[in-house]
Amino acid sequence: MRKNSLGWSLFWAIFLALAMCFPAWGADVIKIGVIGPMNFVQGKGHWNGALMAEEELNAKGGIQVGSKKMKIQIIKADSNEFLSITDATNAMERLITRDKVDFIVGGFRSEAVLAMQDIAMDYKKIFIDCGAAHPELCLRVGKDYKRYKYFFRQTPFNSNYLGKSCFIQFATVAAILKKTLNLPKVKVAIVGEKAMWVEPMIGAAKKVLPQMGMEIVGTWRPSQVATDVTAELSAIQRSGAQLIFTVFSASVGITFARQAGELKIPAVQAGINVEAQKDGFWDATQGKGGYVGTLNTYCRGVEVNELSKPFMDKYVKKFGETPTYTAGTYDAIVYALAPSIEKAGTLDADKVVSVLEKSVYKVPVGTIAYFNDEKGNPLHDIKWGPGFVTGIMVQWQDGKMKGVWPNHWKAAKGVPEVTYKGIVPFKIPPWVVAKYKK
Amino acid sequence: MLLDIIVSGLISGSIYALLAIGFSLIFGVARIVNIAHTAFYMVAAYCIYFGAQKLGFHPVWCMLAAVVLVTVFGLICYKLFIDPIREHEAAVLIATIALAMALQEIMLNVFTGTFLSVPSLIKGYFLFFGVKVFYQQLLVFAAVVLILAALWLLLMKTRMGIAIRCVADDREVANLMGINESRVAMITMGISVAMAALAGAIIVPLATLNPLMWMHPLIMTMAVVVLGGLGSIKGSLLGAYILGFTEALVVFLAPGGAFLKNAVALSIMILVLLIRPEGLFGVSFEEER
Repeated sequence: MRKNSLGWSLFWAIFLALAMCFPAWGADVIKIGVIGPMNFVQGKGHWNGALMAEEELNAKGGIQVGSKKMKIQIIKADSNEFLSITDATNAMERLITRDKVDFIVGGFRSEAVLAMQDIAMDYKKIFIDCGAAHPELCLRVGKDYKRYKYFFRQTPFNSNYLGKSCFIQFATVAAILKKTLNLPKVKVAIVGEKAMWVEPMIGAAKKVLPQMGMEIVGTWRPSQVATDVTAELSAIQRSGAQLIFTVFSASVGITFARQAGELKIPAVQAGINVEAQKDGFWDATQGKGGYVGTLNTYCRGVEVNELSKPFMDKYVKKFGETPTYTAGTYDAIVYALAPSIEKAGTLDADKVVSVLEKSVYKVPVGTIAYFNDEKGNPLHDIKWGPGFVTGIMVQWQDGKMKGVWPNHWKAAKGVPEVTYKGIVPFKIPPWVVAKYKK
Repeated sequence: MLLDIIVSGLISGSIYALLAIGFSLIFGVARIVNIAHTAFYMVAAYCIYFGAQKLGFHPVWCMLAAVVLVTVFGLICYKLFIDPIREHEAAVLIATIALAMALQEIMLNVFTGTFLSVPSLIKGYFLFFGVKVFYQQLLVFAAVVLILAALWLLLMKTRMGIAIRCVADDREVANLMGINESRVAMITMGISVAMAALAGAIIVPLATLNPLMWMHPLIMTMAVVVLGGLGSIKGSLLGAYILGFTEALVVFLAPGGAFLKNAVALSIMILVLLIRPEGLFGVSFEEER
C-alpha cells in the first residue's frame, strides 16, 4: 500500500510538472493557422509554402517581436471546402478557438473564403487569402473597414485583374495566330465552368474580346466536374472557333484538355486552366494536354525578380514539384506577416494591420502593394501591372511547362517592354496550322 | 448537328444504361436501394489506376482483376452491412449511404484529391459521317451491348436467371416454390456490383478519377431508374437513352447552359413522376407483392 501511494505520488508530481511546462513552451511561439483543402493539391501547396516559411524563419531564430524573438508554429486545418462550406467554417472556428492561432493564411474557393472571412473577422484575426480571387473579398474591406480590416489578399490578384491579364495574354496569342495563319479575324469560343469566380470573367470576356477585334462564336458552360465534354468540343469545332478562351479551376480542365487534344480540335486553348498549372497535368491528360496555355504564377526556369530562382529551387528540392499558386502562403508569412510583426513590435492585430496595409514588398512573383477604392478606402487588395504582379502565361510544350508571356509585352505607350527571364515563344499546334494556314 | 446529338446521346445513354441496369436489378430482386452502387464503380476505377499506373500491369488485366476484386468486395459488404438489415429498407438506404461515404473517404486518404487518369485501351478517334468519335467511346458502346446481351441471356436462358426473375416477381411465392430467396439476392448483388465494376472498367479511360466521381453518376443512375421504373430493366435501358439524348440536346441547343444538362434531365424525371409515378415501365405501387 505504501509503495503504491509513493508510486502514485511520483506519477502525479511528474504529470503536474509536465502540464505546467507546456504553457511555457507555447508562450514564445507565434501560431499561424494554415487552412485549405488539405487532401487536394491546392491545400498541399498552402501547407508546403507555409512549411518552408516556418523552417526558414525558425532557422534564423524566429521573428523579433518587441524585445524577444519568437518562433513560429504552423497549424494545419483541413477546410474540406471542395465538399462542404460548413466544414470550412468549422475548421476556421476550431483554428481560432481551440488551436488559438494568432494569424491565418490560406483558403481556396471563393465561396468558402467568403464564409471563413466572416469567422476570422468575428474574432479580429488577420486572415491572408492565398487562393480565392473574388473581388468581393476585398470590397468588403472597403465597405466596412472596421470589421474587415484584418483581411488581406496575397494571391492570386482578383478576378477582374485575372481577366485583364488573361485578355492581354489572349490578345497576344490571337495576334500570333492571326499573323501566322493569315486570318482576317480570329474566332473565339468561350468555355467556362459553372462556378462563382467565373461569372465576372465571362461577362468581361464578352465585352472585351470584340473590342480587341475578335469574334465570339459561342459560350459554353460545362459543369465543374464534367467527365465528358465531347459534345461541347464537337459544337465548338462546328462553330469554326480558332481560339478557345478557357476558364477552368476544377477537374473539367483536365477532361477538356485531354479530349480536345485527343480529338485534335483545330483551336488553340488559352486562358485559365488551374489543372494545367500543375506538374501532374501531363500525366492526368495522358500526354494529350500539349499546347494548352494558361495563366500561371510559377514556372520553372522563369524569373520575375531576384527572389524567384532561390524560391523555386528550394521548393522543388524540398517537395519535388513546381509550386502551385497557393504556395503563396510562403510569401504571406515571410514577406507580409514577419516584417509587419517586427515593425509593429507586437502581435496585436490592429497594430500589425496598420503596418501591413502600408507595406510595399517584393515576393518571388513580383512586388506586392495594396490599393484603395475610388473613395480612398483601403481594400487590402493587390495591385496588378508592370512593376507589381502580372502573372505569367505558360504553355505545355513537349511534355513540359514553359513560360511564354510576358514576351516583349508593352503595357502602354512610353512604358518599357517586359520580358521575364526564361520566357520562350508561344507554339501553335501543328493540326491548327494545317487546318487554317493559307 | 443532328448527327452530333445522336452520337453524343448514344454514348452517354450507354454509360448510364450500364450503371442503371445493375442498380435496377438489385432493387427489383431484393428491394435494396444501393446508394453505394456508383461508389463500387469508383473503387473499380481506382483499382485499375493503381494496377496500370503504379504497378505497371496492362490495363486489360487490371480491368479484369478490378471487376473480380470489387465484386468480391461488394459481396463482403453486402454480407456484413446489408444482409442483416435487409428487411428494413430505410436502414439499408442509410447503411449504403454510409458505405459510399466511407469508400469516398478511404479513396481520398489513399489517393488524395488529385485528379488522375488511366490510358485509353484504344487511342485515337475516327470520323462517323463527319462526327469525331473516340475509339474508346465505340468500345464503351460495344461493351454495353455485349454486357446487356449477356445479362439478357443470363436472365432469360439460365436457371439462375429464372430464379432471379421469380424472386423479382414475387418473393414469398418464390420461397414457397423452393427458391432460396436469400441466396438469389446475394447472387443478384454480386451481378449488380460486377456491372458497376464493369462500368468503371470501360468508362474509366474516358473519365478523370477523383474521390467524388461517384456522386454525379449516382444522381443520373437514380434519375434513370426512377424514369424507367424502379425494378424494370427495360425501363432503365430506355430511361438511360432518353436522358442521354436530353443531355446532348441541351449541350448543342443551349451551349451557354451546358452545365444545366443534368438539371434538365432531372426535371424530365420529375415531370414523368408527376404524370406517371411508377415510371415508364414500373409497376404501380401495391400493398403487397
